[in-house]
Order: sequence, then structure tokens, then C-alpha cells
Amino acid sequence: MSEQRGYRTSSVRIAGDEDATRKTRRPATHAPSARSLDADGNGTRLTDARQRVAGSPATSAGRQNPAWTSTAESNTAATNNAETRVRIGRTSGEGSATFIGAAAASLGLVWVLFERVLPFSGVLGFWVGWYVLFVGLYYLMARLQWDRREAMDRLASVGFGTGGVVAFLIVVEQVSYIFMRGSSAVGHTNFWTRSLAFAGPESPMTVGGVLHAIVGSVEELGLATLFAVPLGITAALFLAEIGGGLARVVRTIVEAMTALPDLVAGLFIYVTLILSLGVGKSGFCAALAIGVTMMPIVARASELVLRIVPGALREASYALGSSQWRTVWNVVLPTARSGLATAVVLAMARGIGETAPVLLVAGYTKELNANPFSGPMTSLPLFIYNAVHVLGTNDYIERGFGAAFVLVVVVLALFTIARRIGGSAPGELTKRQRRRLAREAPRT
Amino acid sequence: MAVALTPGPPEGFVGEDLRRAIVARPSGADRVFRGVLRAAGIAVLLIAVLILVFLVLRSLSAFRRAESGFFTTTSFFPETNSHFGIAALLPDSALIAVIALVIAVPVGVATALFISEYAPHSIRRPMIAVIDLMAAIPSVVYALWGLFFLMPRILGFDEWLAHHAGFIPVFRFTKTDTIGNYVGAMFIAGVVVSLMVIPIITSLSRQVFSQAPQGEREAAYALGSTRWGMIRAVVLPFGRGGIIGASMLGLGRALGETIAVTFILTPLTWMFSVHVLEGGGNSITAEIANYYTQWDTKGVAALLACGLVLFVSTLIVNTLAAVVISRSRSGALTAAD
Repeated sequence: MSEQRGYRTSSVRIAGDEDATRKTRRPATHAPSARSLDADGNGTRLTDARQRVAGSPATSAGRQNPAWTSTAESNTAATNNAETRVRIGRTSGEGSATFIGAAAASLGLVWVLFERVLPFSGVLGFWVGWYVLFVGLYYLMARLQWDRREAMDRLASVGFGTGGVVAFLIVVEQVSYIFMRGSSAVGHTNFWTRSLAFAGPESPMTVGGVLHAIVGSVEELGLATLFAVPLGITAALFLAEIGGGLARVVRTIVEAMTALPDLVAGLFIYVTLILSLGVGKSGFCAALAIGVTMMPIVARASELVLRIVPGALREASYALGSSQWRTVWNVVLPTARSGLATAVVLAMARGIGETAPVLLVAGYTKELNANPFSGPMTSLPLFIYNAVHVLGTNDYIERGFGAAFVLVVVVLALFTIARRIGGSAPGELTKRQRRRLAREAPRT
Repeated sequence: MAVALTPGPPEGFVGEDLRRAIVARPSGADRVFRGVLRAAGIAVLLIAVLILVFLVLRSLSAFRRAESGFFTTTSFFPETNSHFGIAALLPDSALIAVIALVIAVPVGVATALFISEYAPHSIRRPMIAVIDLMAAIPSVVYALWGLFFLMPRILGFDEWLAHHAGFIPVFRFTKTDTIGNYVGAMFIAGVVVSLMVIPIITSLSRQVFSQAPQGEREAAYALGSTRWGMIRAVVLPFGRGGIIGASMLGLGRALGETIAVTFILTPLTWMFSVHVLEGGGNSITAEIANYYTQWDTKGVAALLACGLVLFVSTLIVNTLAAVVISRSRSGALTAAD
């Protein structure tokens, strides 16, 4: 029996999912429920499989089904009668050698092609050519050693791995490019301490800075958070704690609004406040526009967090005689605190980078305006837009990259904070909280 | 005195057990609380309705001026000419979004599969963080990167594509073949927008893939399937609805993307052209961003009409996405789990 369990475990390990291993430590005869398998088209095939697994003789020879070891590296071991444990996730010598060999061969080939044979060159073309050649060569080399299925499997893993690597490279590339281009502008002290009030279109980098944009961004983001976070979290509480038909409608609307183009949020504020009510373009309008884009993000993320607060906690609170309001305030919200904070910080990271809504309603000024309720106000994204798209001289593009530097740093900081506080599940205590509880426990 | 410590039965107690209602009446504070929550929900609804109502009200005059020509006219000079329409702007927007999707869907789905099926546990969380970060990077940063980093480097590739794949109508190059004519093309805008769509598609389809039933995965392995075979037989069919829904959400995002498109495109003519490698081309969002300050009431009404079309089209796309996701098997829990 224990041997058979080990067998099952190893077959599950092939899935590469360690959570599953824990889940399936049931008696080995407990095969996947036939009911669920019959629910869809593949019922017969999979039920067949179950019977075959269940009905296979318990001798070690019978268990050595070569089909399921084919994903494992140790194909040769299967011919031996002694049962060897299948280990997956370990790279074999042949596997890595094939990979490295294909990479090196294609690199050499594409270099020859680009530098000696073909009449064109280019960095992007070079790497695209390298990748195409690499995939082809890798498949060829895999095919020389393994059967078609195995080779396809390897090809697929390379393909999916590429997706991951590309996504990773894009992020690293963008952040480092902005840092590289922005570093020269950020080095000037006046960049941090001055506004553009006395800078003309031709002023060198030693004149003027982005102080006004930083102040504008901070104030607009603060006001937007004041507007979006209470409304968003209250709406999320409505969805999670009250529910009903109205909540379903609201949930649909919230989901539709998370995908609302940010430009439309700007147009909305422009139409209502500026065209209809006659309010002048100001930081306050911009904050409202940012708030409209932030609110659904906060609401949706908060609802997800509130939903995973264990129902037993709520019931315990009700059983102690507390009202719904007390339960939410003293039990639900504190339990979901870290998740809520993550939702808020991520929404702030989105909000500070919003350009399109601000573009329409904030106006643009070169001067420092600390009053969000009157007069135009510039924020960092708006500054970048004007410096690069409207003015577009070399020095202004440098300033734009400097502002982007600041923006990326702020976004990265907010993102890291969100990751830090969002690392734990609701109700899970951080080390510090646990220490504090331990300290306070004897006293109470 | 001892008698007073044990209180006797209250007045009117008759010695029988009384039936107690198990539904508690909400207290006053609770009623206020529920009212506040309900008000917040209604406020959200109100904002959405107000967006629609105000956009419709303010753009009505433009629709009335342009009459039926609004959807069939390509030129857009609403200030001087009452003959204006979005027959070039809307297809341009759609074309950019389609280019973005053609790139983002394979990359996004591959990345999602990599994270959910292939990546070792130690790099799974960092990868998810990287994808989330990709979604958090402001669009203006993508725009800067696209304009100053990607554009100069992609032109050579564009040229190569035009020369060697020019037989495909989309890649045909009808202008004078100088490198300057490749600048500011819709293709480049589409590539930059695709980078913003990738994280949306990745994170949504990753969530769906990770819900694929464990029992069926094991069954596939038990039949001797390789990992790729298991993915093709179990994970992808299960996640199909999720992939479609994620792609449509990405489409909505791509249609509404403003700053990157505005930075990169250089509008030249009012003709819609499918030759995506040629410079020129425009989009609804770029048009609004470029001209909202310069125009009078008539022009602004026309721009708002554009905004309304954008709003309605993204709303349709997003609602369809929600329907597709909810009607597919994706996300449904199975008994095997």
C-alpha cells in the first residue's frame, strides 16, 4: 500500500504542482470522481484511465508503465525491474546540453547570416532571427534524441518560458531605460527645487525644474484618494456584506468601470464640472477625474478581500451579540486590513500615473500652484506630456525623462509597499503583530 | 440581602418557555450603517449613469449636425464643416487594438501558462509580481519608451517586413520607401499598446488556468500524456473562456489607450488605410487628446461624440467579455477538486 501511494505521489509530481501532492494523499484507490469527468465530453476516455490505473496488477513490472515515465528524464531506468522513484523538475545532462547547444549554434549561425551573408542588419532583427533559429534547432536536436511527443513537450516549454522571459525583460528594460535617460536631469539640484516659471522654451537644464509638478501630483493624488478610497471601500462593503439584487447591478457596473478608458473619466469631469457647472480647470477637477478611475479599482479589489474573510469570524461576532455595524468595524475590516491596504496602494500607483484624465481637466501651468481649488495645476504625467509631445525640444525631453524617473520611483515605491503589506492572507498576523500579542497577553 | 442578589423572574413571567424570534431586528445604528453602504453602492451606479447621460447630452448637438454622416464620413473638421465623421478614426482605433491583441494574446497566454504550469515555486511569486508591476507602470512611461527607445529600433524591422512580407496586404508599403515614412505608423503604436495589454491577459488567464481541475490533470498524466499534452487536453480547453474574456478585456483597454498612441502616431490624412507600416493613421483617443484645447463649442461637442462612441464600444466589449467568462466552464469548480 505504501509503495502504491508513493507511486501515485510521483505521478502527481509530474504535474509540477506541490499543492496537489498534499491534496491527493488520499488512499490510492480513490481515483478522480467519475461524476465530474462524465460531466464533459472526455468522460469515457478518462474513466477508462481510472479503471486501467485501478486495475493494473500490483507487481512492480505492471507499474512500470513506460508511458508515464516518458516525461521524466530517467527513461532508461524504467527498463530495470527495480522501481526507481521518478524525479521531475531536475534537469538532466542531455536536456541542458541540448538547450545550450541549440542556443549557441543558433547564435553562431545568425551572426554569420547577419554579418556576412544577408544584406541587412539591426539589433531587433538579429534577436528575432536568433530566436527563430534557436527554436528550429532545438526541435531538431530534441527530435534526434527523443520521440515526437517528447520533442513537442520540450518545444512547448521553451515557448512558454519565452513568454515569461519576454515579460520580465520588458519590465526591466523599461525601468532601466527611464532611469538611464532620466538620471542626467535628476542630477541637477534645481530640477527638484524650482518650477518652470522662469524657464523659456530654450532654457538649459540648469534653469527650472519640476517642483510644481511634484506638488501637483501629491495634492491631486491625495484628494483623489480621499474621494476614491472611502467610496470604493464602502461600495465594496455593500457588495460583500449586504448583497442582493442591487448589489449584483452595482458589481456589474464596477467591473465595467474598471475597464473604463481613463480618457472617458476625464471627459466626464470635463463635461459635468467644467462645461455644465462652469468650474475652471483646476487640480481639484483633476483629482476628481483620477478618483473616478481609482474608485472601481479600489472597490473591486476590496470586495475580493472582504469575501475571503472567514464567515465563522462574522458568526462568532454575531453570537456574542454584536450588531452588524460592530461586526464590520471590529471584525471584518481589521481582518481584511492588509488586503484593503494593498488595494488602496495599488490604486494609488495607478492614480499617480494617470495622464489622459488630467490632460483634459487640470489645465497646464509652468508655475507652482499649491492651491488645488483655483487655477490650473500641473502633475508629473501632464508635465511629461507637455514637455515631450507639445514642446519637444531636446532639453524639455530631458526634463520629461527626469519627471518620468521621479514617477517610476514613486510607482515602484508604492508597488513595493503594496507587496509588503499584501503578503499575508486576511487574519494572518505579521511577526511584529504576533510579538505584540504575546507581549500583551499576560497583562489582559 | 442575599435574596436581592438572585433576581426573581421579571414582571409578567408565567413560568413557560416563550418562543423567541431568531431574526434580530436591526438596531438603529445598524439601520444607519446599512443605509450608508447602500448609498455608496447607489453613488457608484449614479456616477456610471451620469457619465453616460452627460456625454449623450453634450454630444447630441454634434450628432444632429453631422446627421447620418457621422459614421460614414472619414474627415473630421467639425468646426468649419458640418460634414464630419469617425469613419477613419474608429477603424484606426480598432486596427491598433487588433495589432496589439495579435501580439499580446500569444505572449500573454504563454506567460500565464509558464507561470501556472512550468515555473518552479521559487520564481512563481516573483513572476506574478513582475506582471503586476507591468500593469502598474504608468502609460506615459510606456509612451516615452515607445517613442524614444522602441521606435528607432523597430524601423529596420518594419522595413524588412515591408520588403519580405509586402505581399500580405496589411504589410504592403505604398509610399516612397524611405525610412522616414515608417515613422509614426500604426504598427508601432500597436506594439506599444500590446505591452500594456499583456499584463491584463496574463493575470486573468493565469487565474483561470490555475483553476483547471486537478483530477483531470492527473487523469491526463495517467494516460501517459506529457506536460504539453496535458495542457492541450485539460488546461487550454478549460481555460478557453477565460482566454477569450481576458482578450476582450485587453481589447477594451487597447481601444481606450490614449497617451502612448498620441505620442507615437503622426496623423497625416483623413483616409483609413490598412497599410499599418506606413506613417500616418490616427485614433479616437489621439484625436481627443490633440485637439480638445483648440476647439470651440462645436468642436468640443464633436470630440465628446467621439468619446461617447469610445465609451459605448468599450462598454459593449467589456460586457461581452463578462458574459463569455461567466458562461464558459472556466472558473467553475468541479467535484474532483
